[in-house]
Formats: sequence, C-alpha cells, structure tokens
Amino acid sequence: MFSIEQITYKNIISVSKLTIHEKEITCIVGESGSGKTTLLRMLNHLISPDQGRITFQNQDLMDIDPIELRRKVVMLPQTPVIFQGTLRDNLEIGLRFSDKSSPSEKELAETLKRVKLQKDLDENAQNLSGGEKQRLALGRILLMEPEVLLLDEPSSALDDETESLIIQTFVDYAKEHSKTLIMVTHSKALAKNFADRILQVRGGEVHEWNH
Amino acid sequence: MNGIIDLSILQVLSAYIFIAVLMIILRVRGIAREKEVLISSIRMTLQLILVGYVLVYLFESMNPFLTLLVLLVMESFAIYNIIQRSKSPLSKELKNIVALSMVLGTLTSLLFFLFVVIQISPWYDPQYFIPIAGMLIGNSMTGISLGVNRLLDGMKDQKTLVEAALMLGATPKEAAKEVVDSAFDSAILPTINAMVGMGIVFLPGMMTGQILSGVSPVTAIAYQIAIMLGIVGSVSLTVILFVQLGYKSFFNDRAQLKTD
Repeated sequence: MFSIEQITYKNIISVSKLTIHEKEITCIVGESGSGKTTLLRMLNHLISPDQGRITFQNQDLMDIDPIELRRKVVMLPQTPVIFQGTLRDNLEIGLRFSDKSSPSEKELAETLKRVKLQKDLDENAQNLSGGEKQRLALGRILLMEPEVLLLDEPSSALDDETESLIIQTFVDYAKEHSKTLIMVTHSKALAKNFADRILQVRGGEVHEWNH
Repeated sequence: MNGIIDLSILQVLSAYIFIAVLMIILRVRGIAREKEVLISSIRMTLQLILVGYVLVYLFESMNPFLTLLVLLVMESFAIYNIIQRSKSPLSKELKNIVALSMVLGTLTSLLFFLFVVIQISPWYDPQYFIPIAGMLIGNSMTGISLGVNRLLDGMKDQKTLVEAALMLGATPKEAAKEVVDSAFDSAILPTINAMVGMGIVFLPGMMTGQILSGVSPVTAIAYQIAIMLGIVGSVSLTVILFVQLGYKSFFNDRAQLKTD
C-alpha cells in the first residue's frame, strides 16, 4: 500500500526501504522524539521528504492530488483537536471537510457508542475532558470510513481500560471493513496485542521489530 | 452663509498656549514626555505648512501628472506604513499581496467614487482627487494593518486547528476559513463602528471642515454620507483582496502548511 524508498527528512528521520501492507494493522513504536510522528505526517502528506520517494497504491505521492490523498488516508493528531460547536458539529466536520454527505442521527449515535462517549450530541464539545475529546476525535474519523487510518498515539489521554477498549474497537473495525490501520504508540504491550506488524523507529531509522 | 474667518499668524500662535499648558503639567508632575510633545508639535506644524503650500501649488497648476504623482506617493507611503506597522515580519510574498490589494482595492473604489458618484471634471481635478484619495487610502491602510496582524496571529495561534483540518482532507481554503473570516471581520469592524457613531458621538473631520468653510451643512452631510460609504467600500475591497490572497501564502502547492 505504502512503499518508502531512500527518504530523509531534515535530520529527524531517514528510511532506506519500507513497505506498509494493505489491510494490516501496523504499529510504529519508538521513544518520544524518534521521528514516529514525522513518518506519519509524511504518509498523510502534511510534509514531504527532502529526498526519496513515497508511493501510495503504486503512485508517487507527489503525483497524487494532496486533498484527495488525505481523504483516503486520514490522520488523527496526538493532541485531539476540537473545533467550535457541539459534539455533532465535531463528528460531522470530517465528512464536511472531505465533501461527503452528512451522517444520519443513527450513525452519529452509534459512533458515540463505539468510542464509549455517553454524551448528548448537542453538548458543547469544549466542555469535554481530555480523554473525552480524544474519543470524540476518534469517532470523527471512524465516521469518515477512510481506506487508511493514521493514528498518532490515539490513547495518550485515555486510562488503561478505555485505551484497550478503544483500540480494540478500531482494530475490529479495520478487520471487519478491510481497512489499513497505522498506529503510532509508545506502548510495546499495546503493539504486541494488536499489531500484525510492528515497526520500530530508533536513531532516526526504521526497523521491523520481531516480537 | 458667511465665509470662514481668516486666521492671522498671531491667532494661530495663540493656540500654542495649549501645548504650553501641557508642558507645564508634564514638568510639574515630572513626566518625561516633554521632548516628544515638543518634537511632535513642531513636526505637525512643519508638515502641515509644507502640505498647505504643496496643495496650493497643486490646485493652481492643475496638472494631471502631478495629481497622479501625489496618488503614487500616498499609495507607497500607505503600503510602506502597513509593512512597518506589522507586529511580526512579513514574508516577501505577503508584502507583495499587501501592495497589490491596496492598489487594486483603493483605485477601484477611488475611480468609482470620483467618476460615478461625484462626477468630477476634469478627471484629475486635484481639489477633489487628492483629499478623497487620501481618505480612502488612509482608511484602507488602517483596515489592512488590522487584517495583517489578525491573519498572522490567527495562522500562528490556530495552526493545530488548520493542520487538523488538512489531515481530514480539507482544502487550504476550508482549513483557513475561520482565521480568514475573523481577520476580515476585525479589519472592517472599526469602519462599521464609525458609521454607527457618526453625527452623534462625533462630527467627522471632512464635514466639520466644510461647514466651517461656509458650505451648507446639508451639502456637507451629503458629502459625508457619500465618502463614508466610499470608505466602507474601499476598506472592504482592499481587506477581502488581502485576506483571500494572503492565506494562500501560508500553504505550498502540495496543500501543506509552509514551515517558517
């Protein structure tokens, strides 16, 4: 699905060769500051490598319309971003940004349930706690049903119990709908539990991690 | 209506009593502002005397090239001033956008105002051309200045929000919409407030001047209404041009936020 060849970005990360497979759960582990997020941002085309090539479905990222790409390869930042308005507005905004039709009430309610948020859809989203905001942001991209989900530390603001529940939801979802899931995490235990394949970023380079 | 009372030099000098009073207050209270007050009142006096003679010369010579030259000087000064007044340094691209929006926005409204609203003849009549150009350019300058600061601040403070929108597949236009709208809003707000207070909270300078010089208040008001609308038009046009072109300078052609 993604194929990376000889890329470098500033002096943060360099990858000689890496393939990320379709319909797999790939976890990226490594210490903070090792360049995990940078790698994820390159896959979402928020930044481009200084040299080298990244392809998505055998097409060079530089030849793909960046907006179209991001609508297929959606990224969730580490710090959840909440837009102005209610929970409903925040769930719908991803679909609005990507020019898709609005979800039904039923879909919205189901999404809240899936991310374990027992809140009213018309509540102001700014009043949520950190963990609740993260779950709302996760719900937002679940609704978008993208081909690839890039999650940057999706559980950093969640307690352990909610963490595995939420990650399980995403893993189940990806398996069920044949989606590709790429997840940055600091927790090797989490990676071991859920990943089909684990990549370790260390010293600015990426290696397969066999557990 | 009577003409205006001519002021003799002695009468004008007597008005400097106000500055003397201010200087005494500063001295007594020990506030170290005497130098600035002195310099600024001298500057004000010299600049106005100079501009007075320049205007007399321009009005008498009735030369289209001179009128255009004045316009050029005003535009350049305004653009320079906007760039100088910006709180954080502007990229070269953004400076060009400031210049382009100022010139396009003010010229369009100026031409419309002079030739459709007032219908001056000859087209370069400095008595109308210069003061009206001054008012439109001056107000648009203030508007864009506000817009520049709000756009820069907004793109900096809301960076994560803008980027999060991009991550979800938004176009740069949608991603920056909130920042752009708020920059536009804050840039035109003072002009809109000026309309609300006009005639009650304050009598605008142009109208006061015309009334003092013996023009019927009704005519003066007609002019004031027209110029106020012209200012609104010029400010909104320059500011919308600026924010619409300006936000794009923060993104590259791969719809990525530029770093630095």
